[in-house]
Amino acid sequence: MSETAEHTGHHIDVKEFHPRAQAAIHDPKIRKNFRSAMDGLMSKRKTAFEGWDLETLRDLGANVRLRALANLPDLLEQLEKKLIENGIRVHWAVDGDEACRIVRDICKARDAKTVIKGKSMVSEEMELNHYLEEQGIEALESDLGEYIVQLADETPSHIIMPAIHKNTGEISQLLHEKTGTDLSNDVEYLTASARLQLREKFMNADVGVSGVNFAVAETGTLCLVENEGNGRMTTTVPKCHIAVTGIEKVVPSMEDVSALLALLTRSATGQHITTYFNMISGPRKAEELDGPEEVHLVLVDNGRSSIYQDDELLDTLRCIRCGACMNHCPVYTRVGGHAYGTTYPGPIGKILMPHLIGLDEGRHLPSASSLCGACGEVCPVKIPIPDLLVRLRQESVDGDKLHPAKVRGHGAKRSSMEAMIWKGWAWMHASPGIYRFGTGAASKFRALQPSKAGAWTDYRTPPKLAAKTLHQRMKERGQ
Amino acid sequence: MVDPIKVYPAKPAKVYFYGTCLVDMFYPDAGIAGVELLEREGIEVLFPQNQTCCGQPAYTSGYHDEARSVARAQLDLFPGDWPIVVPSGSCGGMMRKHYPDLFKDTTDEVKAAEVAGRVWELTDFLLNVCHIKLEDLGEPTTVAMHTSCSARREMGVAEVGPKLLGQLKNVNLVEQIRPEECCGFGGTFAVRHPEISSAMVSEKVDALVDTGTRQFVTTDCGCLMNIAGYAEKNQKPVEGQHILSFLWSRTQGKGGSSHE
Repeated sequence: MSETAEHTGHHIDVKEFHPRAQAAIHDPKIRKNFRSAMDGLMSKRKTAFEGWDLETLRDLGANVRLRALANLPDLLEQLEKKLIENGIRVHWAVDGDEACRIVRDICKARDAKTVIKGKSMVSEEMELNHYLEEQGIEALESDLGEYIVQLADETPSHIIMPAIHKNTGEISQLLHEKTGTDLSNDVEYLTASARLQLREKFMNADVGVSGVNFAVAETGTLCLVENEGNGRMTTTVPKCHIAVTGIEKVVPSMEDVSALLALLTRSATGQHITTYFNMISGPRKAEELDGPEEVHLVLVDNGRSSIYQDDELLDTLRCIRCGACMNHCPVYTRVGGHAYGTTYPGPIGKILMPHLIGLDEGRHLPSASSLCGACGEVCPVKIPIPDLLVRLRQESVDGDKLHPAKVRGHGAKRSSMEAMIWKGWAWMHASPGIYRFGTGAASKFRALQPSKAGAWTDYRTPPKLAAKTLHQRMKERGQ
Repeated sequence: MVDPIKVYPAKPAKVYFYGTCLVDMFYPDAGIAGVELLEREGIEVLFPQNQTCCGQPAYTSGYHDEARSVARAQLDLFPGDWPIVVPSGSCGGMMRKHYPDLFKDTTDEVKAAEVAGRVWELTDFLLNVCHIKLEDLGEPTTVAMHTSCSARREMGVAEVGPKLLGQLKNVNLVEQIRPEECCGFGGTFAVRHPEISSAMVSEKVDALVDTGTRQFVTTDCGCLMNIAGYAEKNQKPVEGQHILSFLWSRTQGKGGSSHE
């Protein structure tokens, strides 16, 4: 746990996944909010891809990302060079804490007191808001969902729709309590009210902080996808704009962006195109009327380069943060985003977070999946999420010291009792005679089958042993 | 995930039948039904008595050395070049999709890939290799179908079950809401995360009950023991059986809707 995290008190204990998941499952409001939201998102995505050869498009998306990752070090150097040519200052951060300090130093140098923020999951990863607050700098979220979550003193429950766990009534109540907005079920009224509050903040903010969806190496362009216009305000109104992003977001050229953008908006919200697509190519030039005086890019590693070292785990870095995997995940739909206790929830969180926090802290993440494959099926860049979950399960329980540890916390979940049970299981199933004897005996004495079998029978009847096994019946048939 | 292009073999004279451990111990009727259907299609069924388990429980739990030792014991069971048919999308997926990875860079790499390439989910095999034509001898009835996630996504056979049921003229197939959503079984997931699993299966059972039918069929015994076990424990009015049991009984003039 980082020092920053300890100070804020906002860090949720990831290890408490089970009690939080259980609480969510028994909370009808949470269940209803997520079920209806996810049903809506799944249906919108489906409609948005109608008429498209989705498999070919996904192949293209996967290949664009694979090609970018294959040349990541070179592309990052090219990006840095181009950005500098464009007048954008480039900073490199090894982890979230260093990235926070870089943002702070830029703010301090400008004597900035207020920061307005566009939506950025990397800044959530950094826990930037709380860090800046401690430094005496006010950071206000301007994305409506993020704004709601910030008012409620919560964390996002979804990477695209941060306040998806709240319904209109809850949001109205919150806005009423925190900003004096009249109670209303009229979404337009509530949005307009939030807009009014934010507009003033935009005008007075010293610094704007945003994320980046795609960083184009060839041209040194930062692309930002958004719907509310707050991204454009954040990156153009304040005199200084700081973009923060993970090092994996770089792509070679603008051509690559078109394929990824087509996949991103359709996969995320079922939109053919978002209301705003910003391409930031530098600070305000002498002849230009608006735009910031200074533009910075903070490239954050935070565990990504260690993922990059492994040929299989590398696929995690293909992610373009569309959230389709969580929208289609039957586990996420039941427990909601907060149960995970991680910056990134859902399937992508389960394969990404172990690298950021270690398999010891994130020990319950890889196993909390039925491996149904819905995530892998919808992923626009074809990340084999179920395979990576299995890989991380293996890393969690692997006790073989001959294998070099690839993920922090390797072997953290290994218990000698469980390992012994699997060894016994393997011995029996690798010995056909013993297997036939054991299963035959179980059938013969099936009257003795216990009616309880741990957690299984808390919710279900046990499967009933047959009078004769298939082996025995086939033998009787002479087969 | 799914093979981009599936190339079905010509209808063979023989097949290897890989029963799976769940069918072996709990649902042998489903296995026998599969054998009968194949034999009625004129195919000789070879059942290697030394088969045990595909190794999937250990594999998905992260115990890959243990999974490999069990899987290795299956690799020598199929010496001829006949197809290997499996009455389960899950075990079929393990063998077809994961064996090549599991044995990569081992001395059994070539053999594992060769075996994997011969593995077929049994209903897919009946429909698309045997080109089975089913004559329905049962009374009019209604049934819902749950295709397992691995049958749907690893073996790519989501269309197969409904097509086979569609051949049965007295069977009305009804579709539950969210047919593609997981039932919550997931092997050891059901006991490692029992609350989440039960939240999933309870919604699956409700979806089936809401169709108005009293029976469902499924491609996989894992889903079957999960869904039917939850329904039984919670006294929900729906019973399940393996699709092979249903297809066999419908075409035997025994009424068809009876539980195995």
